[in-house]
Amino acid sequence: MATTIRTVSLLPAFPILTQLLLLLPIAAGLLGVLLPSLGYLPDLGGNQFHFEIFNQLLEHPALPHAVWLTLFSGIIATVLSLSFAILLAAMLSRESLTGNNKNKMASLFTIIRRGLIPLIAVPHAAMALGLAFLVAPSGWIVRWLSYLFMGWETPPEWVTVQDPFGLSLILGLVLKETPYLLLMILAALPQIRAHEYIRIGQSLGYGYFLSWLKLVLPQVYPLIRLPVFAVLAFSLSVVDVALILGPTTPPTLSVLILRWIDDPDLLFRFLASAGAVLLLLLTLGSLIFWRFSEWLIFQKFRNWLSNGKRGNVNGVHNIAALSGSLLLGTAFLSLLSLAFWSLSLRWPYPLVLPQRWSSRNWERHWSSLQETAFTTLEVGVITGIIALFLVVGCLENEQWRSVRFSLRSQWMLYLPLLIPQATFLLGIQILAVRMEMDGTFLLLVWSHLLFVLPYIFLTLADPWRNLDTRFPKIGQCLGASPLRILFRIKLPLLLKPLLVAAAIGFAVSVAQYLPTLFAGGGRFATLTTEAVSYATGADRRVIGVYGFLQAMFPWIALLLALAIPRWRFRNRAALL
Amino acid sequence: MSKILNIFIFTTFYLLLGSFSVYGNSWEDIIQKAKGQTIYWNAWGGSEEINAYISWVGSRVKEDHGVTLKHVKLASTADAVSRVLAEKAAGRSSNGSVDLIWINGENFAKMKENGLLFGPFTENLPNFELVDFSGKPTTLIDFHLPVEGYEAPWGMAKFNFVFDSARVSETPKSIPELLQWSKSHPGRFTYPHVTDFLGSTFLMQVLIELTENPKVLNSSVKSKAEFSKVTAPLWNYLNQLHPLLWRSGKSFPASSSVQKQMLNDSELDIALSFNPSDTSAAIANGSLPESARTFVLKKGTIGNTHFVAIPFNSGSSEGAMIVVNFLMSPEAQMQKQNPDIWGDSTVLSIAKLSAQDQQKFKALPLGVATLPPEKLGPTQPNPHPDWKTQLDAKWQRLYGQ
Repeated sequence: MATTIRTVSLLPAFPILTQLLLLLPIAAGLLGVLLPSLGYLPDLGGNQFHFEIFNQLLEHPALPHAVWLTLFSGIIATVLSLSFAILLAAMLSRESLTGNNKNKMASLFTIIRRGLIPLIAVPHAAMALGLAFLVAPSGWIVRWLSYLFMGWETPPEWVTVQDPFGLSLILGLVLKETPYLLLMILAALPQIRAHEYIRIGQSLGYGYFLSWLKLVLPQVYPLIRLPVFAVLAFSLSVVDVALILGPTTPPTLSVLILRWIDDPDLLFRFLASAGAVLLLLLTLGSLIFWRFSEWLIFQKFRNWLSNGKRGNVNGVHNIAALSGSLLLGTAFLSLLSLAFWSLSLRWPYPLVLPQRWSSRNWERHWSSLQETAFTTLEVGVITGIIALFLVVGCLENEQWRSVRFSLRSQWMLYLPLLIPQATFLLGIQILAVRMEMDGTFLLLVWSHLLFVLPYIFLTLADPWRNLDTRFPKIGQCLGASPLRILFRIKLPLLLKPLLVAAAIGFAVSVAQYLPTLFAGGGRFATLTTEAVSYATGADRRVIGVYGFLQAMFPWIALLLALAIPRWRFRNRAALL
Repeated sequence: MSKILNIFIFTTFYLLLGSFSVYGNSWEDIIQKAKGQTIYWNAWGGSEEINAYISWVGSRVKEDHGVTLKHVKLASTADAVSRVLAEKAAGRSSNGSVDLIWINGENFAKMKENGLLFGPFTENLPNFELVDFSGKPTTLIDFHLPVEGYEAPWGMAKFNFVFDSARVSETPKSIPELLQWSKSHPGRFTYPHVTDFLGSTFLMQVLIELTENPKVLNSSVKSKAEFSKVTAPLWNYLNQLHPLLWRSGKSFPASSSVQKQMLNDSELDIALSFNPSDTSAAIANGSLPESARTFVLKKGTIGNTHFVAIPFNSGSSEGAMIVVNFLMSPEAQMQKQNPDIWGDSTVLSIAKLSAQDQQKFKALPLGVATLPPEKLGPTQPNPHPDWKTQLDAKWQRLYGQ
């Protein structure tokens, strides 16, 4: 009994520690850009507070267009991703919600679901690199068009990759964010008992999709609002995808900030800081704008929700099937093109397949790949373990002390995903250099933790909370200590969600570009930093090697996470 | 009296010489101290060939001197410069995160001006005296700034054009002819964005050929009026050229590497390069078609030298010097000049080498697309960095948005 009390009394430390670990760097990082943006950075001779730098920023010739581009691409990408995700979620959940599997397209939707969901593990940069080749004026699609129909000797003068409106950037984001929002919606459906509402709707004469829109969506949306906000914030501030697919004259604001940071003239750091603050304001403004639009749309559609008009929306099926197949096809071909390039020695236009195949690219990079892959693995695994430890501690605290993580603390957990990376990472870098912490493994892991932990918490929280409480109760009745209950009952029962959460955490760590660059001080090369740095060299064969491996790493982790429970529970079918 | 004068000159000379090796102990000491050190070499990491070469250098210095070389692959050199600057600003004067940096031009100027460089150190290095100072004066003066031993020459560069001979029969021989060519082949030529050094080198190349008196470019910009007057022909030229470029000059390739890829993809017929043997090397490794060739301009093109330097706060300057000395060795320079490896021209004076090394250098293949030295045309000096800064800024204002 005494040990129980002691263990349980230690639990409140977990949420406090977790929040400190997340909030401390963010607060420090924000302070680290806010002060220089107001002219205060004694290291560079700035001792006075003034607004001169913001004036300078606002007068910068590239700024208006960069801001417009950032808002346009970020908001449109989020709107599209959310629309696709809602459409697909409605169609993919049909079977499980209605129990009706006679649908003609059921098998196609199964393929789409099985194909799209694992894409959340593929790093943005890898997808962007593949997509860049796919849609380039001399890319794979054009080559097939030329081969089959057009016979173009030179590529058409199309403006695709790095187009001035950022359309290819938007496509790159949609490919990655749709699967993520889709997964979030599908995971939220059981919580609102969607199948019951659908049944009621259908029995009242509403078609399936209309029931979904009128009854399920208004209840699901509040549950996925945070993930939607995270997608919006991410799309506004993304760096690696914008570097690869975004326009150059001028680029988006986040890329512009990175250019200023890279300027050999250190005084540009003041401008970069002001830019970072502006990016933060734009993000907050967009979130508020989004929330307001939500409210407006709800007001507009309030009557529609209850107007009692029955019937069904025609053609939704086909639209969903088409958009799902297109998204999946584009993503699949992007990744496949990376694999092909990595195995080619020469692949000139207009050939649809490499002219000469070779394993040379892989052989040449084998030794450096090993080191890079090991660093990637090391950071990902260590960060994942720390995050899992903290998250399990927080969830145990909830259960033993019967306190629920408040909405406010959940927002705090999401904070690193809502604040532009370029904003607070720049601040962290300035402070880290002062404290001689830059380029240390500790800071690298810490910076990854900021992004890994929220995702692990999100993935694990619901399965943990939904575990039948009678199991631990039995354990308690038999006199087991909380630790024993955790290790002998809960963890084994929750093996699958634990491993999936770990795999997602690992995937998030693998994909980190800016944190690795800023906190790692250039001393830690991961598959992602190498892939992005090779992307500047534009040699697709090497990009193929790094991009493909970068995509495979998290994917293998996810496969393992699904395969291990299957093997472990091969005799316990109900646990799967 | 003359004897005293002699002694005076002699002493002064020695004092000067001594000041050059102010950091230095003897070469033997440096070799001893370097053993076991790890050198973080920050260098652009976009080229597979260069990375492979750097990794070969790493294995060689490990073998000879027990120095471990780590290549920090940069997306841009300025990245490392700003990191060292940030460290200096934060007061970190030892154990900095950068030990060696691949550098030249404005980045070097920035570092030297801010006291961010270790040295002078090149006089300490035995292989330094093999450098061809008289034949290649840019090994001592980098963009009009005297090097003064703060960076060691590593390779030679010269502006040239790359074209696909399968599609282009007549190549332009001057900047005005390039405009004529573009008129008859709209959309088939472009130059990189000025954030890439090759983009701004193209601006300077046009300026040198079109401005009335190119000599003024050798010193800093005196006034706004001078700048407008001298550069007027350039903007006039670009205004005519841009509508004829790829994507009508509304968008530019992000870098010279991207532009090279576009030539390979047949999106362009003519591209730019800053290394005369680069095209041969690219053909050899399959990243350009067999039919790729190079050409230069009748009046000559800009040429310069690229260097390596050691930041002031490197904790392993001895190891870094070992690496630098190896980079200037006949063995390493020969390997580098081989177009099958990299194809970057040597900074050494062939005449100063042993008969055996001279033979080996002569035996190096030229490469199928490389112009022989006598056909490379005159070399023009880089304008003063001041011009580059102001040209880039004005270009950004006019075409960058």
